[in-house]
Amino acid sequence: MNITTFIIVSVIKTALVLFVLLTAVAYTVWLERKVVGHMQNRWGPTRVGPFGLLQPAADGVKFLFKEDLTPPHVFKPLYIAAPMIAVIFAVTSIAVIPFGNWLNVGNFHTPFQITDVNIGLLVVLGITSLGVYGVALSGWSSNSKYSLLGGLRASAQMVSYEIALGLSLVGVLILAGTFSLRGIVEAQAGHFWGFIPNWFIFRGGQIVAFFIYLTAAYAETNRIPFDLPEAETELVAGYHTEYSAMKFAMFFMAEYANMITVACLASLLFLGGWGGPLFGPSWLQQLLPLVWFVLRVFVFLFIYIWVRGTLPRFRYDQLMAFGWKFLLPLAIANLMVTAIVVVLK
Amino acid sequence: MLHLILFSVFGLVCVAGAVNLLLQRHPINSALSLVVVMGSLAVEFLLLGAEFVAAIQVIVYAGAVMVLFVFVIMLLNAGVEEQTSGSRVAWLLGIPAVLAGMVIVCWALLERSDAGRAAIGALPGHPADIAQLLFHQFLLPFEVTSILVLIAIMGAVVLAARPESVERTKKEG
Repeated sequence: MNITTFIIVSVIKTALVLFVLLTAVAYTVWLERKVVGHMQNRWGPTRVGPFGLLQPAADGVKFLFKEDLTPPHVFKPLYIAAPMIAVIFAVTSIAVIPFGNWLNVGNFHTPFQITDVNIGLLVVLGITSLGVYGVALSGWSSNSKYSLLGGLRASAQMVSYEIALGLSLVGVLILAGTFSLRGIVEAQAGHFWGFIPNWFIFRGGQIVAFFIYLTAAYAETNRIPFDLPEAETELVAGYHTEYSAMKFAMFFMAEYANMITVACLASLLFLGGWGGPLFGPSWLQQLLPLVWFVLRVFVFLFIYIWVRGTLPRFRYDQLMAFGWKFLLPLAIANLMVTAIVVVLK
Repeated sequence: MLHLILFSVFGLVCVAGAVNLLLQRHPINSALSLVVVMGSLAVEFLLLGAEFVAAIQVIVYAGAVMVLFVFVIMLLNAGVEEQTSGSRVAWLLGIPAVLAGMVIVCWALLERSDAGRAAIGALPGHPADIAQLLFHQFLLPFEVTSILVLIAIMGAVVLAARPESVERTKKEG
């Protein structure tokens, strides 16, 4: 592939992935309102379009045309930069996530992925670890006590749970022997004992790692039961109290984009990525992996919403004690057991 | 060629961030300048072919250490620093000393070691290579450093623990 085709293909892929991601973000919001509504014996959005399906578009228009208030007491440069930082880092990490196998059209071959780097997993972790700046800086620059408390809580929580999250993934890395997300998925191909898929969640006690990962990821994305940074009953809206219109929408988009990244990573690392039955003509065989992958991501997003509709919020000391005294030791123990098992084999 | 241009650009960004770190009067701006320095250093590592080190640089320094810096600045609600023009001794001796130090370090790097000849994409980048270096060749320094870090953590806990809470734990325990 020469440099011109490379650039053209990359631009097309990036535009396509961004479009799909942002649409998915909008419809995750719709899904959440709908599912939580039904869990609470309500209808959720019904007015705009069939089943309220056009609600995200209406919300988008509303955010665009609302007055963009800037309170007089804020530290302006960072106040403006913070939501951008949040949304940029939330969206960027999708660049290394593979969605399926290879696309082969005649002589043209390209993976279903913007770019395949051999440290893909570390790139995702690095970018998401930078996302905390958006939250922390918005809390500080708003110059309001609720925002500051929300920002402080968020940065403490995200730094604490990042450690358990990172350690829970090391077991998978030991089993797969690579940092490349594509390589990790390829290491999960096939079955054992004839019928159980070779997914990491079924192998070498990684089901423990899976639950550590999910719990820590919920904390990383500031979702219930770990949404103390924006606990409405105590902090109004936490770090984004002083934001309105599109700036507020950016925090919203960042939160849901992060949820989607977490769902993608969970599918790739523990549930075999895009693995699934392939049948039919060759074009269908190329597209089916995408369907299996999206299905897994959808299941994870549904679980996210389900948890939100079910669990109450932690108290702050419980949150810290749970992260440091339970999740972290458990992740280290899981890591050691996995390492011993692999060495003995 | 593209690599060389990018390398120079991010080198400049790195230096600019470092200078800005000193010039800014507000602690949080200084901390953010340091994040820029860390980030552009990571890009330099990436361009030299050390992608693992680049990723770790971002995760550990930009993603964790600097977040804690910002956290502390937020907690203390540190305000704008007072700017002094500095003592005359600092101007007369400090700046020439810094320049002389820079010259010596650059000369040592260029003449006395192979570090000056690292080509673009030449550093060992694969995690396995790093692991070989860390856990075979430099195992002893690695372990010694980890003990040092452990002692530092214990020291921090002792310093941070308030006497009354220690008393309470003694009674309960």
